[in-house]
Amino acid sequence: MASAVGAAAPAGRAPTRRRTTPVWVWALPPVAVLALVFLYPLALVVQESLAPGAYTDVLASASFREALGTTVWLAVASTAGCLVLGFVLAVVIAFVPFPGGKAVAKFIDVFLSFPSFLITLALLFLYGTVGMANGLWTDVTGDPAGPFRFLTTPWGVLLAEITYFTPFVVRPLLAAFSQMETAQLEVASSLGARPLRIVRQVILPEALPALAAGGSLVLVLCLNEFGIVLFTGAKGVTTLPMLVYGKAILESDYAAACVVAVVNVALSVGLYALYRGVSRRAGA
Amino acid sequence: MLVHSRTGRWTAWIVFAVLFVPLFALPLLVIVAASFSTNWSGALPSGPTTAHYAAAVRGESLQALTTSLVTAVTASLIALTVGTWAALAGAALGRKGKRVLDALFMLPVAVPSVVVGLAVLVAYSQPPVLLNGTRWIVILAHTVLVTAFAHQSVSAAIERLDPMYEQAAAGLGARPSYVLLRVRLPLLLPSLNAAAGLCFALSMGELSATMMLYPPDWMPLPVLVFTATDRGSLFTGSALAVVLMTATLLVLLAVSRIRNRASFR
Repeated sequence: MASAVGAAAPAGRAPTRRRTTPVWVWALPPVAVLALVFLYPLALVVQESLAPGAYTDVLASASFREALGTTVWLAVASTAGCLVLGFVLAVVIAFVPFPGGKAVAKFIDVFLSFPSFLITLALLFLYGTVGMANGLWTDVTGDPAGPFRFLTTPWGVLLAEITYFTPFVVRPLLAAFSQMETAQLEVASSLGARPLRIVRQVILPEALPALAAGGSLVLVLCLNEFGIVLFTGAKGVTTLPMLVYGKAILESDYAAACVVAVVNVALSVGLYALYRGVSRRAGA
Repeated sequence: MLVHSRTGRWTAWIVFAVLFVPLFALPLLVIVAASFSTNWSGALPSGPTTAHYAAAVRGESLQALTTSLVTAVTASLIALTVGTWAALAGAALGRKGKRVLDALFMLPVAVPSVVVGLAVLVAYSQPPVLLNGTRWIVILAHTVLVTAFAHQSVSAAIERLDPMYEQAAAGLGARPSYVLLRVRLPLLLPSLNAAAGLCFALSMGELSATMMLYPPDWMPLPVLVFTATDRGSLFTGSALAVVLMTATLLVLLAVSRIRNRASFR
């Protein structure tokens, strides 16, 4: 392969070109595979969405507008929640060490390898109509119906998304903190700064790039989240991915599904491009 | 050390525990507890049983587990091949070319999985290639989704690779193919192994695209977990979820053991 050549000298300008295949030829097979299984299908979705009247129908429908609104506010609120929660957890793990802290960091890594719908499933046992919280209420007050019935509302989805996506913020933060000079903290503290002031004036500025990178990734993932919403089983909570699924599989209205898909893709790819820009600047 | 006073430290730890335990530890414990019980109307589950597990390891459930495993292994292997190839080719390109290639291969992460499912469904339900209704459409979608992660981790590893080794080998007269097979790929082996684990875990838990595509005879475990909970069998669903988590963790553990052994050699 020509990679050894490319690593040493700028590609394409090598003066001795006899017998060697140009470097870019090696990039063609994987790109061809990607084009066949991903880009071409995506292009077909765009083409299908251009069916006459599809855009006007969907964009004018109340269900679409509601889904768009729900998706955006859920994603923004979840991201904000993840940032706050993730920052607090990461600061304690990194700077107020406790026995078992390493295990907790490991646990957070494992948490990332589980599918998201497990969280909703667990919340059903915690706050569902039968389940721990309502059961506890019944045991204590004798009232057969407990007070917790937020699971099928957007708040249930919000709680599940914050729980599931917080590790995506904690991990880059811990990586950033591990490279931080502890001497800065010692100096600030010996000069008399209180812990909260150190967090605000020393730790937070250092954490900003990691927070920005983690936060924008979580925002994109929340916009695209499907499993959590599906498992909630709430009729009242429809996000864009749910709408795509509903239109395509339940109603077999492919043109409408494609329109919603195009809107969703535009939203998340735009934000993802932003994320890549931010994280490249942050060096993450 | 950020907090020097004893009370301050305890306050921080208590805040941590109050946030961490109910949000992260409890959910997993609750699923495990529910999978062993028949009823949950009080504070704690009741009616201990292992019947859900007995049901989870035979018939339809066992088939779903093997379906998931076969899908995940196949998708991971293909994704690893394509992703590594793209990463190696990208490293050889100039800055601009590498950027385009990276952006192309990262695109499936930004596109919602449901849309990947829809796109694959639309494209392969019509000629020239008819895959709808076969297992291959599920494997294809999983491959698309995990290739991005394989490419990302391998190309990050290539960037960290010390170019001295390959330059030394090339300087000693090794042909490019020899350098690739005997120097670069062995050096990349730990990262390839880690990427394989990541792809496998992602594919095992994939639900969004699968929901759009699965044929009746190729139903992965997450779909079965959903159908169980959807018809109200929450306890069966949680037993299946525990089987899913355990299978994923066991494979991840095996993969990381191979990695450790390889790095000792």
